[in-house]
Amino acid sequence: MLKTTASEFDPAAGVAAPARWQDYVQLLKPRVMSLVIFTALTGLVCANVPLNPVLAGMSILCIAVGAGASGALNMWYDADIDAKMRRTRDRPVPAGRVQGADALALGLTLSLFAVGLLGVAVNVLAAGLLAFTIFFYAVVYTMWLKRSTPQNIVIGGLAGALPPAVGWAAASGTAPLNAWLMVAIIFFWTPPHFWALSLTTGDDYERAGVPMLPVAKGEPATRLQILIYSLILIPFALAPAFTGLGGVAYLAIAALGGAAFVALAARLFLTKARTDAKRLFGFSIFYLFTLFAALLVEHLAGLKPLALRI
Amino acid sequence: MSDPKDESEAFRKARNGRNIAMLIGLLAFVALVFVVTIARLGGNVVASNGF
Repeated sequence: MLKTTASEFDPAAGVAAPARWQDYVQLLKPRVMSLVIFTALTGLVCANVPLNPVLAGMSILCIAVGAGASGALNMWYDADIDAKMRRTRDRPVPAGRVQGADALALGLTLSLFAVGLLGVAVNVLAAGLLAFTIFFYAVVYTMWLKRSTPQNIVIGGLAGALPPAVGWAAASGTAPLNAWLMVAIIFFWTPPHFWALSLTTGDDYERAGVPMLPVAKGEPATRLQILIYSLILIPFALAPAFTGLGGVAYLAIAALGGAAFVALAARLFLTKARTDAKRLFGFSIFYLFTLFAALLVEHLAGLKPLALRI
Repeated sequence: MSDPKDESEAFRKARNGRNIAMLIGLLAFVALVFVVTIARLGGNVVASNGF
């Protein structure tokens, strides 16, 4: 059924260090988790529905644990790839500290608990969306797309983009257009963000045989695609000001930051410099963070959205 | 590698840490289900005007 290389991966034969509980925490990709918590919380708050604080906290916790579980499933399946890349070879499974089967068990158990608890405590739509997110990341992206197409992270990015919709659904039991607008922003942000990173990590992906865009189509094609996706991202980033989601502060940040984003992408396209790829990568994180922070603060402060007419 | 005595000591320590983490995780889950039950129950009682 599944590839044996990943599930029966043999860590550098010999005695490995014993597994500490911290190794299991590392399987949950805590840094990815913190971004998921932040975007899911923004979706939950933007739904503008009065919510029991216990159930709101529960929802965020379940979404975070679900994201962590999909990280563990990814580390179980990708141990063979991770072992070949400098950036990832110290992860618990390729380093031999945690058995692949243990990572799989942790991922499956936490997935069931997170989805089940969210469904019982909050609502079925949120639980269904969370289950779909985990399935999309672990199966569609990790098992299928990552090893087979240079557009892997474009389509797979949907998994990372979904948490605001899960948060919104948890608060309101619905997932309207504005929730999917937040999803679209992260979705179109992911390719320029990730490809900028992959332009700086050298030959890691080539050695692992993963068809990332710079490996499969070359660096000039990657820089062009970064620019194209950046241009697609900006209208989506501006849209919340027209749909009753974002206010004045949001529009200002989306417009100024968007201009800077495109300028950096254009500069990378022209100069071809690795330092410019690093700069764009750093700025992309800052841009997404400030966009969602603006939405979060505006809603918490009760500021009126713009709802401009085109 | 190192002295086998030291090694078994390291394994014992790591196992203790894992056990304690497991205990905390399970207790936290029990507390969570309890708190959620009370929260849901409270909401429904208010909604039904039972009290």
